[in-house]
Amino acid sequence: MKKTITFTLNGEKRTVDVEPAEILLDVLRDKLGTKGPKYGCGRGDCGTCTVLLDGKSVRSCLMLAVEVDGRKVETVEGLSRGKPSPLQEAFIAHSSFQCGFCAPGILMTATELLRKNPRPTRGDVQEAISGNLCRCTGYEPIIKAVLSVTKKKNKK
Amino acid sequence: MQSLKVVGTSPPRIDEREKVTGAAQFVDDIEFGPNLLHAEIVESPHPHALIEKIDVSEARKLPGVMAVVTGKDFPYKYGLYMKDRYILAQDRVRFVGEQVAGVIARDARTARRAAKLIKIKYKPIKPVLDQMAAVRKQTVLIHPDLGEYPHVPWFFPQAGTNIAHWRKIRKGDLAAGFKAADVVLEDTYHISRYAHCCMETHIAVGQVDRSGRLTVWASSQSPHTQRNLFAEALSPLGFAHKDVRVITPHIGGGFGGKAGVTMEILAAAFATVVKGHPVKVRWRRDQEFYNTYMRQAVVSKLKIGVKKDGTITGFEMANYWDAGPFVEYGANVVNSSGLSATGPYSIPNIKIDSYCIYTNLPAAGPYRGFGYSEMLFGVESHMDRLARKIGMSPVEFRRKNGIRRGQSLTYGAGMNEGDLQQCVEKVAKIIRPEKKEVSKNPDKVIGKGMAVCWKGPAMPPNASSAAFLKFNEDGSLNILISGIDMGQGLLTVMAQIASEVLTVPVSKIRVEMPDTDRNPYEWQTVASHVTWSCGNAVRRAALDAREQIFETISRAYKYTPESLYLEEEQVKCHADPTFAVPLKGFVIDGIMLEDGTFRGGPIVGRGMFMPEFMSTKCDPATSQGGHPNPHYTLGAAALTLEVDKQTGKVRVLKVAEALDCGKAINPEMVRQQITGGFLQGLATALYEDMRFDPKTGRILNPNFTDYKIPTALDIPDEIIPVIVESPQHDGPFGARGIGEHPMIPVAPAVANALYDAIGIRFKSIPITAEKVAMAIKSGKKEVD
Ligand code: FES
Ligand code: FES
Repeated sequence: MKKTITFTLNGEKRTVDVEPAEILLDVLRDKLGTKGPKYGCGRGDCGTCTVLLDGKSVRSCLMLAVEVDGRKVETVEGLSRGKPSPLQEAFIAHSSFQCGFCAPGILMTATELLRKNPRPTRGDVQEAISGNLCRCTGYEPIIKAVLSVTKKKNKK
Repeated sequence: MQSLKVVGTSPPRIDEREKVTGAAQFVDDIEFGPNLLHAEIVESPHPHALIEKIDVSEARKLPGVMAVVTGKDFPYKYGLYMKDRYILAQDRVRFVGEQVAGVIARDARTARRAAKLIKIKYKPIKPVLDQMAAVRKQTVLIHPDLGEYPHVPWFFPQAGTNIAHWRKIRKGDLAAGFKAADVVLEDTYHISRYAHCCMETHIAVGQVDRSGRLTVWASSQSPHTQRNLFAEALSPLGFAHKDVRVITPHIGGGFGGKAGVTMEILAAAFATVVKGHPVKVRWRRDQEFYNTYMRQAVVSKLKIGVKKDGTITGFEMANYWDAGPFVEYGANVVNSSGLSATGPYSIPNIKIDSYCIYTNLPAAGPYRGFGYSEMLFGVESHMDRLARKIGMSPVEFRRKNGIRRGQSLTYGAGMNEGDLQQCVEKVAKIIRPEKKEVSKNPDKVIGKGMAVCWKGPAMPPNASSAAFLKFNEDGSLNILISGIDMGQGLLTVMAQIASEVLTVPVSKIRVEMPDTDRNPYEWQTVASHVTWSCGNAVRRAALDAREQIFETISRAYKYTPESLYLEEEQVKCHADPTFAVPLKGFVIDGIMLEDGTFRGGPIVGRGMFMPEFMSTKCDPATSQGGHPNPHYTLGAAALTLEVDKQTGKVRVLKVAEALDCGKAINPEMVRQQITGGFLQGLATALYEDMRFDPKTGRILNPNFTDYKIPTALDIPDEIIPVIVESPQHDGPFGARGIGEHPMIPVAPAVANALYDAIGIRFKSIPITAEKVAMAIKSGKKEVD
């Protein structure tokens, strides 16, 4: 019944045995020690489990682990190679997150946005992160930080 | 006072880097190894029933099941202010979802399968699903033995009824007050239940190791209170406080929902039957809705009289709170908000009755605002209506009547510092409620509204905070407190307070989440009191450390302690401008004298704070006397909104919200509390709509698809947080709390703006788009 899958997790090849019904979120967290993605609802409503699959944001609570076989998964742990990414630096400078539970998911969604659209408008940012719930911040400090990355780019 | 260097500035959150790199650990992120067990809970399908028989034999047989437990295993009552609940139901269940049995297994799937094998026979009893029905003479009693429950002295349970607590306020001569009024307005307001919706659901891991000590890792606002309640509830099993340890890593939101003890006690209790194994209990999102606490619903009957010149002459209010079946915490919401139900007005003639009523809906308790949002929806709607009736602008009405320092509170004590008038003026200046605005879109109308707010910390008079502060060899600091940073920025603010006293930069100070073994006592992080209370403790610990530093220096050199001061991490001397000794080094190693001996040693500061002026002693028939609340924080919100007449959709175009925080230790964090709190308040006004099955009281929408909390698309177009600072005499650098307050004035401000826009008075929340559209279509002027 078990299936062995191999995929790239944050740039590193990982091989793991999974049951066909196992959820990606659980495999990442419990079998591979990647605790960035979080359980918030388990049914696709909140976005705290967001990861990038081949560069596209997906809800790891709704995916079967077997679906990522041979593909590329990125989580918040993969964003800072040595030092935080410019987006992470912007979030730090704006003290954007309060409890921080939504942060790993929002970081992935915002990373995807900035890769696709390096100069988003306020509306673009709102739209992009509208699937990631945050109960603490009122979203303003998050939106401001994402836009500040853009501004810096514009100056260059 | 010398000018402040760190307090009043906004360094970034000291734990932000952890949070954006994924380094921040929440309970579910901690590795417990292959011995970790998982628990599943069997819940009651009935709102009210007697348990006749529980058969766990099949469940026990399933391979991988380590233990199955029922109420019989833990016949212990517990509760914060009143002991009215059990770890697992005993002979009776009181709401759909109540925890009846538990399975502990090697893995979560096995636990779930075993839970399904447990057979329970119930004998249903008629449920009481509405607080107004629960107080009728002929009703079913939810707690027949209420009269025997231990409770704090300031609760007044009515044995033989469903009233768990009745707070009465009587002041002045109400009849004379109404007689003197030119206008008397009477009406009823309905406020629904709401859920906290922390992004992290409740979670706890308990472990009793083979030596018998209990450790619980919990996502909690109250580690010390939990330790106390665990030790108390489990004392028949032989636990002393010293053997109970609660560790709280980062927590993914609180909002009052993680205050006190709810499901964490399951982890503690379950751990006692599988010694040596950690046991994890993690709530699913649906359980998070119905099996922690939610906000209570309330029916407020209000009667207020005013003179033509705006003077408020009489205030009568009866509040019927639907508290669910367990009120061990919720009764204090009723109590505290009952004491302050007038809102921020000093009124001479008052009669207020607040009833905390048992029902068979899910348990309700503390939620950001602690009853004040609910109270003030009615009061601030009413005040707006009265102002309009006497032809006074709502802004002027509040400016005139807003409570001022020294004026008499409902219970007779004097009001503390705070400038409500300034809050009102500042938000009015930004929004200009008197200036009509017209939408360019003919389908849309614009309205403006405002509301004021207040709130005081609800806490026992001896609730206290303590702090340790330890210097390291390099002059950096570790501060140990047990206040919780659930996102509000407590850790950063505590670092700033210590930095101000000791001149050590914030970047060299580490403050972490607590472990009750290591960190000193904190009552709980609730009530918006920790900046004030824990802040005082940290300030005192820093002063204590400074005294030790000066003492060491004066023993090693010839200068008196009084002549010394700190500047840029050095000890300097008023008498000798050339004298400077860096903290680095001597704060651990001491100072070597010429003969090779040393003076001094590790500097460890200690501080604590208890508000020694508080007292809950009063005449129970009137609530006069005593000092049950330490102080109040005042504020005001004004907003402009746009209503789509076709769809009923409401959009906030601009909002200004001002709070008098005494002193903003970190102004950016104050502004962020306002921004986040406003949206949470807006959601209660417009979006979040909890539904229950009318026959069983089962919640129908315990998920984010059907219970809609705001997304990034639902925020105001513009939010302007305003800080007002009238220093609190007993606060650290003048600070008082503001964490809960931002959401309090929002719902009435929205209702008042809607009236301004479309001339319809909404007397209940939420005011969903559907409700607005239907009201417009029906041509009604008032909607209950
Ligand atoms: S946990 Fe995946 S969307 Fe909520
Ligand atoms: S910061 Fe707490 S949920 Fe977003």
